[in-house]
Amino acid sequence: MIDLDALLECVTTTSCLVTQTTSGLIVGMLLFLVAAGLTLIFGVLKIVNFAHGTFYMLGAYLAYTVFAITGSYILSVLAGGLGMAFFGIVFERFLIRRVYGANVLMQLLICYATVLICDDLVKIIWGPDFYAMGMPPEFQVPPLFIAGGVVPPFYLVLISVALVIGGGLAMVLGLTKIGKIIRAAAHNPDMVSALGINTTLLYSLVFAVGGMLAGIAGGLAAPVRSLTPGMGFSILIESFIVTVIGGMGSIGGALIAAVMLGLIRSFGTIGFPLFTEGLMYIAMIIILVLKPSGLFGKEIV
Amino acid sequence: MGRMHIWRDIAIGCLVVAVLAAIPSLLPSKAFQDFVIRCASMALFATSLNMLVGYTGLSSFGHGMFFGLGTYSFALLMQKTGMSLLTAFLLTLLITAMTATAVGAICIRLRLIYFAFVTLAMQMLLHSVIISWVGLTGGDQGLQGGIPRRTFAGVDLSNQYNLYVFSAVMLVVGLLLMRHIVNTTFGTSLRMIRDNETRAAFLGIIVWRVKLTVFVLSAVFASVGGMVMSLFVSGAYPELINWPISGDAIFAIVMGGVGSFLGPTVGTMILLLLNDVVTRQTEYYGLALGLIILGFALGLRRGVLDFITERLGGRPAGGIS
Repeated sequence: MIDLDALLECVTTTSCLVTQTTSGLIVGMLLFLVAAGLTLIFGVLKIVNFAHGTFYMLGAYLAYTVFAITGSYILSVLAGGLGMAFFGIVFERFLIRRVYGANVLMQLLICYATVLICDDLVKIIWGPDFYAMGMPPEFQVPPLFIAGGVVPPFYLVLISVALVIGGGLAMVLGLTKIGKIIRAAAHNPDMVSALGINTTLLYSLVFAVGGMLAGIAGGLAAPVRSLTPGMGFSILIESFIVTVIGGMGSIGGALIAAVMLGLIRSFGTIGFPLFTEGLMYIAMIIILVLKPSGLFGKEIV
Repeated sequence: MGRMHIWRDIAIGCLVVAVLAAIPSLLPSKAFQDFVIRCASMALFATSLNMLVGYTGLSSFGHGMFFGLGTYSFALLMQKTGMSLLTAFLLTLLITAMTATAVGAICIRLRLIYFAFVTLAMQMLLHSVIISWVGLTGGDQGLQGGIPRRTFAGVDLSNQYNLYVFSAVMLVVGLLLMRHIVNTTFGTSLRMIRDNETRAAFLGIIVWRVKLTVFVLSAVFASVGGMVMSLFVSGAYPELINWPISGDAIFAIVMGGVGSFLGPTVGTMILLLLNDVVTRQTEYYGLALGLIILGFALGLRRGVLDFITERLGGRPAGGIS
């Protein structure tokens, strides 16, 4: 169960250190994209979107199909993102909107029903088997060797794309007018509405952005993950851990927590092969005990 | 609540047990007895969760931890030691109470959604420990090999009918005790904390102590449900402590009604019935169940029993605003 020697050996050899760090980083970056949408939706709408993993799954399947038709990886990722932006709007408009302000358990019920329905729809449309999209031809190149560690170029692309999207999101929220409106709505929606801003539209927009981020993450992940109905669940649990550790509503917190979790996972598989998940829960419990509203969360009164 | 209510509840409880005990002689169906045993186990568990959710306003996502702890601790004690069923039962209650005190002391400091997620993390942590501690728990294969020495007060519980009556008695006794707890002044403190924690504190209620007490109490009742399940499945399996167990209890109480004492029991029956009927009809169980849940959630917007109570003009006893 515990293999500290292997962990020590890995941490002291640069090649293993590099390999594990990159694989931890890509896990972390995909998690960050999913968690960023989750935390944005929570920050503005105070809704915990338990169906967020489904957005990720549907994004991945959509990307898979578009890739099979067009052969273009960029198009498939875009399709995943845009498709899920649309799905986010529909989901918000017809389901979640009806339980605003309701008990969190009612939201849980609606989201869980959506997860069940979508998992089965995926089974009906794509079948229950595993799918592998395969590496797009443009990335079928020999891996780079950095300090003796193996790093596929695709990983670097993935990490930079995620960082660019995260940075873009932070810029839009921090610097633009629409970003200011979103932050203001998170703080006091009634006042924003009284000032003549269409909050109904704004909420749809926030859900669209959240869905888009999850869909893009699904599309980006498709070449390196196998696609199954139900693949949304494990990423959902992990992105919840990320948002809670980072502080619900904090995008910067989500980034730091996602990277942390990715590294725990990649080094955990070496030192504690059967207990990697346990490590993530321990990390979450310790951080919540020390900081009851996460690393960068605001104190809930 | 006066003494009359207590006697009335006990009388109803005895009647329910008597009727259930008589049914198999009229309708000898093994499936029905299995259904009641599963129902008793899950209803005890769901009602115990509602002491936290409906009465105290503490939404725990990880209550299945104590259900699973009940199954594992009971099955382990029965398999690895020579103690009697009653001793193992009581010792499991003690183990659960001590674990819940430690876990609760950490969790109740957190609020709202953070409380929900830290309880889930606690459950999943215990799940990970059980999965990885293969030597003790059998890992992902679970504790197989059955439960030996299944006699309780001279009754042989390896007999299906006896286990069925035993489960019904456990359910009724558990429900009566929980009903008594929420109807005492302690129960009033719970509702005050739910409605306004600050006001409760100002009126002299020591909030953390009340929260910790109800956390431990509800854990103990959950573990009773777990032990009934352990007798039913003859062992303990990782699925009984995984997250969907907590999910099932949450759906049972939301579907049945958080504001009515019997809501979780009704919700459990609905959920298990749906489960059995839908899985027999279609392979797309999730699709069908999802649509039904959506109908419930968007149509009634509250639990079935809460809906009925409101229709009849009554005011629900619990409930979350």
